Amino acid sequence: MLHGYAGKILRINLSSGEIKSELLPEALADSYLGGRGFVARLLFDEILPDTDPFGEDNLFIAATGPLTGHFLPASGKTHFGTKSPATGGYADSNMGGHFGPSLKYAGYDALIIGGKAKQPSYLCIEDETVETRPANKYWGKGAIASEQMLKEDLGDDFQIITIGPAGENMVRFACISHDFGRQAGRTGIGVVLGTKKIKAIAVKGTGGLSVFDIEGAYAKGKDAYQKVFAKPGFKGWTPEGTAGLTNWANEVGAFPTRNFQTSWAEHYRQINGKAVLERLKRTDKGCFCCPTPCGKYGHTKTTLGSAYVEGPEYETIALFGGNCELQSIEDVAYANYICDQLGIDTISAGAVISWAVECFEKGMITRENIGRDIRFGDLETVVFLLEKISKREGIGDLLAEGVKLASRKLGQGSDKFAIHVKGLEWSGYECRNAPSMMLAYMTADVGAHHNRAWVLGQDMAGSGASVHDLIAAGGSGERRPKARVSAKSAGYVIQSQHTRPLFDALGVCRLQLMELGFEAENYAELYYLITGRKKNWDELLRISERIWHLTRAFSVREIEGFGRQLDYPPPRFYEEPVSSGPNEGHFLSRKELDMLLDAYYAARGWDHNGIPSRETLERVGLADLADVIEARRNQNRPIQ
Amino acid sequence: MRLEAIHENCSGCGACRLVCAIENFREVNPSKAALRIEGRFPAPGDYRIHLCDQCGACAEVCPADAIHSRRGIFIVDADECTGCMVCVEECPYGVLIEHKHSEIPIKCVLCAECVRACPREAIILVDDKKKKAG
Repeated sequence: MLHGYAGKILRINLSSGEIKSELLPEALADSYLGGRGFVARLLFDEILPDTDPFGEDNLFIAATGPLTGHFLPASGKTHFGTKSPATGGYADSNMGGHFGPSLKYAGYDALIIGGKAKQPSYLCIEDETVETRPANKYWGKGAIASEQMLKEDLGDDFQIITIGPAGENMVRFACISHDFGRQAGRTGIGVVLGTKKIKAIAVKGTGGLSVFDIEGAYAKGKDAYQKVFAKPGFKGWTPEGTAGLTNWANEVGAFPTRNFQTSWAEHYRQINGKAVLERLKRTDKGCFCCPTPCGKYGHTKTTLGSAYVEGPEYETIALFGGNCELQSIEDVAYANYICDQLGIDTISAGAVISWAVECFEKGMITRENIGRDIRFGDLETVVFLLEKISKREGIGDLLAEGVKLASRKLGQGSDKFAIHVKGLEWSGYECRNAPSMMLAYMTADVGAHHNRAWVLGQDMAGSGASVHDLIAAGGSGERRPKARVSAKSAGYVIQSQHTRPLFDALGVCRLQLMELGFEAENYAELYYLITGRKKNWDELLRISERIWHLTRAFSVREIEGFGRQLDYPPPRFYEEPVSSGPNEGHFLSRKELDMLLDAYYAARGWDHNGIPSRETLERVGLADLADVIEARRNQNRPIQ
Repeated sequence: MRLEAIHENCSGCGACRLVCAIENFREVNPSKAALRIEGRFPAPGDYRIHLCDQCGACAEVCPADAIHSRRGIFIVDADECTGCMVCVEECPYGVLIEHKHSEIPIKCVLCAECVRACPREAIILVDDKKKKAG
């Protein structure tokens, strides 16, 4: 018996209609833990090379971790994975909420969906009863509206994920929605459900999870709760949640503004955590077993309408409030709501729209292309473009491709300010004077996403201080000196790339550790008491390292010509100085970026082109991948 | 003593339901919890906690007379209960639970583990006698 786990994997082939469950292999659990680890290994093993991300053969995987659903702080994470519609490489995206625990209580650690349904459908999982049901009445409806309809039809005790019209209409940055405001936002994960004609997955579980030492785990869970309550950040962090970062990000000059032209927004106090609390918030909204809920649910009223909405979180504030320059928290929240209904990732959406506005200002896209003027700071622009994107209508058809492909199609040098890595739009931290964080974005396996490594603290404060400490200390707002680029950055990034994604494999939220400083060793002890498997924190980190090389290997195999050239940021970040604010005048040169990459590849055991060496793969327990990667190494040699 | 909900403190995390099942069944299985959290979304955007206040309506309707009060706490006697689940239908708060892996209904025994687990004091213990005396 695999303690801690549900013990089964559920497989659904939508083309053949076959539904079967099989035992979770112990070797998979032992070597990859769960969540992100399961996603990475299953994708590598089960997707045929060169699979079309939009095709029937692509897989959609949902996976929980060994700690998901157990009694400990914030054990509600679910991980989703696929071959990315945004990058063509490895993709995963995770969310909190309550779906993952319910999937485990229903008996399944993971769900693997292949094929394509003949008509719009949804999956209904109630313990061992699994059905594909027609979803015509929900198809075309908003992601939140369809969740509400499904709750009414099935009952409040079902946990549901949905896609919106964007996922149905092949928008490359469509997301998955859950619990009226939680999203697995990134990498276009929602599109893959759309291609399979799956509008929603509903799950209800009434089973229990076996625990190696129930008394010990229960006592340790209570102890962990008390320790979290006692952290100084508990009372400081929770009220504003992630939105509390807004002041600091502006005061240190890391806030993406006007499509990353600058890194500081003059109006940041109108869109900060305090504004969320005072002008929007109705209730804190917690994920499963979370003592520090960052979700803020409230109501917004704007000139275009009013809405109930969860958020906005920091990222949405950064991309809509900073990058699109929406001037009030109400406007940011309304854009957030429109994205939630349409099923669009707010990060990519904010990046795509700000890119489009800059193209318009430069005359690369015209009024004739769009049918109207578009501008920064204008909610009408944002809502208009979001709706066009979700229907792939007019200019929306171009923008729905994401900035990488859209800039290729548009040409005219618009790729220089298409802010992405590998095809995934950049999230909420501007890094032209933050070399470690820049390197984190360059090397994140899914593309330009902050959640693989967050090392802005080291760049700005020279230490690994908790986020709460950084927020509490605040930024000076004064001009910062040009950052010195050193090999130390590679060490910071690698450490963070092992620590943060480890939580995604364990199936719990990392915020208690990252934001409050809750000690990592607690998780190793909980892992032991729940699973009976003895692994100290360092051993767990070694598994996270294995997964990191595995996701890189997946992209090496899947993306033609994959290598160093895909690890650079767009030219704006190495050619243009920041135009204002604390980091005015600064940028990292291409030479400095190369120094960072060289140090990183060397520390990783990858070759000059960023491909893992045979020795490295063998060292981390991935010897079985070495032949495939060697073959690719020879094909992918960079053109000199 | 009885449980009382302070709805506006609730964040819907469900820790109360999980510890309820662990404390009473030694099972990680919140579907066996004897309290419910209702999320009212998208509007009005809040939570309602449904819990047992030991009103005794279940004891009154039980045809087998299998629910007895012990110092104000109503407890289902497993030997006497016939599993008819009439009490489940009659519970005014919907917190007597019929579960497919339990022959008898699941009912709150006022262990107060939910009170101790809640990070936000959304469920509290109230002593009516003290309240009256105060």
